Amino acid sequence: MKPAFAALIAAAMLAGAALPLAAQPVAKPAQPVARPATAASAAPAEEGLTGSVTDESEWQDLGIAIPTFPTNEMLPTAADGGNTEALGRNLARVIYGDLKNNGLFKPVGPDALPKIAFGEVTAPAFPGWRARSAEMLVQGFVKSAPDGRLTVGCYLYDVALGSELARQGYVVKPEEWRRAAHKCADMVYARLSGESPFFDSKIAYIAETGPKDHRRKQLAIMDSDGANHRFITNGQATALTPRYSPDYSKIAYLTYLNGNPRIFVYDIGSGQQRLVTEGKGPTFAPRWSPDGKNILYSMAIAGNTDIYRVPATGGESIKLTDSPGIDVGGSYSPDGTRIVFESDRSGSQQVYVMNADGTNQKRISFFGGRAATPEWSPRGDQIAFTHIAGNLRVAVMNPSGGEMRYLTDSWQDEAPTWSPNGRIVQFFRTTKSTGRTAIWQVDLTGRNERKLNTPVDGSDPAWGPVLP
Amino acid sequence: MTKETVPVNHKIFTALLLTSGLALAGCATKPKELPPQPSGAATTTTTTPPVSQPMGPVPGTQADFVASVLGDTILFDTDRYNIDSEDQGLLQSQAQWLARYPGKRVSIEGHCDERGTRDYNLALGERRANAAKNYLVSLGIDASRITTISYGKERPVALGSDESSWARNRRAITITVQ
Repeated sequence: MKPAFAALIAAAMLAGAALPLAAQPVAKPAQPVARPATAASAAPAEEGLTGSVTDESEWQDLGIAIPTFPTNEMLPTAADGGNTEALGRNLARVIYGDLKNNGLFKPVGPDALPKIAFGEVTAPAFPGWRARSAEMLVQGFVKSAPDGRLTVGCYLYDVALGSELARQGYVVKPEEWRRAAHKCADMVYARLSGESPFFDSKIAYIAETGPKDHRRKQLAIMDSDGANHRFITNGQATALTPRYSPDYSKIAYLTYLNGNPRIFVYDIGSGQQRLVTEGKGPTFAPRWSPDGKNILYSMAIAGNTDIYRVPATGGESIKLTDSPGIDVGGSYSPDGTRIVFESDRSGSQQVYVMNADGTNQKRISFFGGRAATPEWSPRGDQIAFTHIAGNLRVAVMNPSGGEMRYLTDSWQDEAPTWSPNGRIVQFFRTTKSTGRTAIWQVDLTGRNERKLNTPVDGSDPAWGPVLP
Repeated sequence: MTKETVPVNHKIFTALLLTSGLALAGCATKPKELPPQPSGAATTTTTTPPVSQPMGPVPGTQADFVASVLGDTILFDTDRYNIDSEDQGLLQSQAQWLARYPGKRVSIEGHCDERGTRDYNLALGERRANAAKNYLVSLGIDASRITTISYGKERPVALGSDESSWARNRRAITITVQ
């Protein structure tokens, strides 16, 4: 099944670019658009609007008003709300939720703001917003076409300057209305922070229920904000450590389906799954290459675990490590040339880097304690990992093993994975004694930590890339 | 679990073997965990057991295995997988049972405590199970009769978050398979 976000006017900052879907233009701009979000993320924001947020800088508290998105005509829709007017409020709520939860902004949502008229979308009443102390303003509209498709326009304004900063338009099927909201939030986030977007992405994780000694563990997926939650497996067999393929078409994960732990590659469209390899030993810790063509896995033969690489479509496995110790995990650098992994060949779990073909294996963690579950940032500049010295804590270091610092301080935080833009680290936290688990996110400053709402307990979170 | 029916005369024979085996093993080592008393073992020496009332577990079954050996579980230190002298005595008693029932196979489960990362614990559990297997093989048990499986930290027996619970969870347990 193909993600049917067919006619997303992604390219879509109307600025300058010729619209591929000229038949569905978004409302005419009041004035020329400043610059596309993609360009904004490549270069620091200009005009002193905001600085680019770096690891060291303080997070800012930028006031953003997000009123309900008005519609030109109230029509029934299959999207949440039942009609385009109610949907307009839901769109603004989703955007509000996205922007509120990353610690960078202080948004005010549609439930605390007056409604605006359709005509105001492209001609904001700036004096009124200034009176409300809003620094930024996100306005938009929603229209329903006869075929049911929705057109959502999204505009970002600087209230003080009284000018438009960015705009995008999206055409979505009613059931994908949330994606339009996430894309809008991504545009705002990227334009104001100078970072790459990440809201329009999904998370695979393990949903946990039941007592500590009979934990039921199911593979589940959800949007980055927890919406559209879906269980993939029924929990009859313990499932662990999922990883989305870069194109979201598959999930590699461990299951005790046939009694023994093995990695299966599950096809989301067909619901079919197959073994990652027919090898005899147990396989675990699956990881995709950035281009989705290969899968790393760890396999134990006669008690000794090494890391292997196999084509994602199946085929011959290549053994990458060959130490008598436990070599496990593995995470590619974004350019696919190197792999960071974990080994206890020195006597305890430590982090190593090797070339993608297995050559030049070098230990990089030398700061005491044990270092486990390394994951290379999609930006390439950081490696997140679990540091074990009594408690388990999430930490980051650079690819040479320097500048190690903790992001969390709790009894047991482990298994960090990255947001698609490399700004947020996601992990799971286990509660002492009860064994209850929850998925948490923390930004790179370590100051903004939040628990993700999942229907039941959650562990082993893995983010996928931003959807196209 | 299916119960096996064994002819009575055979049962007496194996019960006698069983007690002598236990006596030998008892001399060899000091068990860290006393196994449950083989129920009825003291009375099986009687030459006229009542036919209608079988005493003790059916020979060759899991219950018999548990009753016959010094223990089905060996324990490990943090991050370790070596077989110490206590473990050796216990595994010797398992090997004796396996020698007595050449048709039986076992699965050894490797487990870890909760204070480690998931992937590593899966590998460590596999290592522990294999350490136990290798020792049984060194005692003459055919490797093809022993399978291993790691549950990492997924199946604790002790539920506390303290040293004594973790010590009990770092284990390899031998289970008979029919």
